[in-house]
Amino acid sequence: MIDKIQALGHAGLTICQHLGLSGIFLFKTLARRPRPGEGFKLLREQIYTVGVLSLLIILVSSLFIGMVIGLQGYNTLQRFGAEQELGQLLALSVTRELGPVVTALLFAGRAGTALTAEIGLMRATDQLESMEMMAVDPLWRIISPRFWAGFISMPLLAMIFNMGAIYGGYLVGVQWLGIDAGSFWSNMQAAVTFRMDVMNGLIKSLVFGFVVTWIAVYQGYFTVPNAAGISSATTKTVVYSSLAILALDFVLTSMMLKGW
Amino acid sequence: MHTDPDILVAARNLSFERSDRLIFSNINLEIHKGKITAIMGPSGTGKTTFLRLISGQLTPSSGSVTVSGIELCRLRLRELYKARRQIGMLFQSGALFTNLNVFENVAFPLREHTQLSEQMVRDLVLIKLQAVGLRGARDLMPSELSGGMARRVAMARALMLDPQLMLYDEPFAGQDPITMGMLLQLIKKLNEALGLTSVIVSHDVQETASIADYIYVIADGKIVGQGTPEELFNNITPAVRQFLRGLPDGAVPFHYPAKDYEEDLLS
Ligand SMILES: Nc1ncnc2c1ncn2[C@@H]1O[C@H](COP(=O)(O)OP(=O)(O)O)[C@@H](O)[C@H]1O
Ligand SMILES: [Mg+2]
Repeated sequence: MIDKIQALGHAGLTICQHLGLSGIFLFKTLARRPRPGEGFKLLREQIYTVGVLSLLIILVSSLFIGMVIGLQGYNTLQRFGAEQELGQLLALSVTRELGPVVTALLFAGRAGTALTAEIGLMRATDQLESMEMMAVDPLWRIISPRFWAGFISMPLLAMIFNMGAIYGGYLVGVQWLGIDAGSFWSNMQAAVTFRMDVMNGLIKSLVFGFVVTWIAVYQGYFTVPNAAGISSATTKTVVYSSLAILALDFVLTSMMLKGW
Repeated sequence: MHTDPDILVAARNLSFERSDRLIFSNINLEIHKGKITAIMGPSGTGKTTFLRLISGQLTPSSGSVTVSGIELCRLRLRELYKARRQIGMLFQSGALFTNLNVFENVAFPLREHTQLSEQMVRDLVLIKLQAVGLRGARDLMPSELSGGMARRVAMARALMLDPQLMLYDEPFAGQDPITMGMLLQLIKKLNEALGLTSVIVSHDVQETASIADYIYVIADGKIVGQGTPEELFNNITPAVRQFLRGLPDGAVPFHYPAKDYEEDLLS
């Protein structure tokens, strides 16, 4: 019995320790201001690897998700003779929830794991330490540009996801199932507000971008420096990111619906 | 503290523990300018740890390690990085940046710390690569290099900022005899030509002894023997004899501490 309480306490302490460590790590990273010039070049490279290379998976997934919503929505709405409302259903569910959440989940799987594995490998092969020995700060040189790249890319990817999904729904609803294009678009336009729907979705994806990239670079930086350590850090990135995304989505949604 | 201008690195009453295990207890050690000093000992005695203490990556539990009279681990980040430019370190693995080719790896310190023109960077990098005999390999990626070549590239990179102290972590481990001979030559030549002070951490006894001016043997967290190579080979302390001659069991036991064998099997 005592053992179990002890183990629980130990686990609790370990979690607190990790949270504290990751907080300090984040603070130190953010405190490294990007030096203009070279810093911008590093950031641009990372936006390419983190953001641009995630484009394909985001685009393809968004098309399919939009198409599925189109089909499902049409079949349900049709029963009430309300298939004209498909545009509204599609746009609201995508901009409010699916856009930010699915983008973040895909981003964690595509870019988050890549970041963790890359940084973890640098840790395991002493590259980070050798950088420190050459008097170059790895937090500035490696971590900071990757962190900001993730933070900047996520909302942009989410917007692209939104467009892709809406286009996918349009293909199925209008082109295939024959809903009137005019009512599809005008219903959508009437139902979606910029502030409540689009902006709130963007705020969500900013938060997700922050958290997912934070988890990814933290897991990479503090990898146990061997092959097993890298693989477990990569797994943790996906698991923790997904849980964080879904839990934060609930919190943010409830805050947004209650008007903060 | 110490006034002898000949001493570059000094450890005073140095103790270091890691997860409750005492790795060093009360070590006193001096490294003289311009010399090649070897620190030897069995694997896991903390040779790498010692280099990290010198370079200020780790902080001693008690006592101090100084470089030119300065305790690196007590410095603030900015001063620490300034002091580290004086120190070159060759990591056991080479630690080349896997996404950069040989040329860019060697150019990395220059690009980070100077605003030199591209032509100047090119010249300086080629000079260093020539010194390690790899000017022709400048376009290769680290994955295309053999272990010995990777170490020589890492050496060129570590020398890029013209340090006064070079730390070599197991420079010979896992190398074939030819490569080993070449690395030995190179370390000695560079030390003389550039007026460096070198610290070699190694468990390759004969090879290291052939170029070292002074040797410390560490076992069980203490210095068990020290002296010039000749002095050491005449040393009769059991632990030193065992290590230098490569006997499997002796003062340094073959077995990791365990309870009684018979008891363990029958329990
Ligand atoms: N990060 C670490 N955490 C805890 N113990 C470590 C760590 N790194 C090394 N050690 C332990 O410190 C001891 C000395 O390690 P090291 O300096 O790498 O030895 P050497 O280079 O002489 O083979 C080893 O017993 C090792 O298990
Ligand atoms: Mg070692």
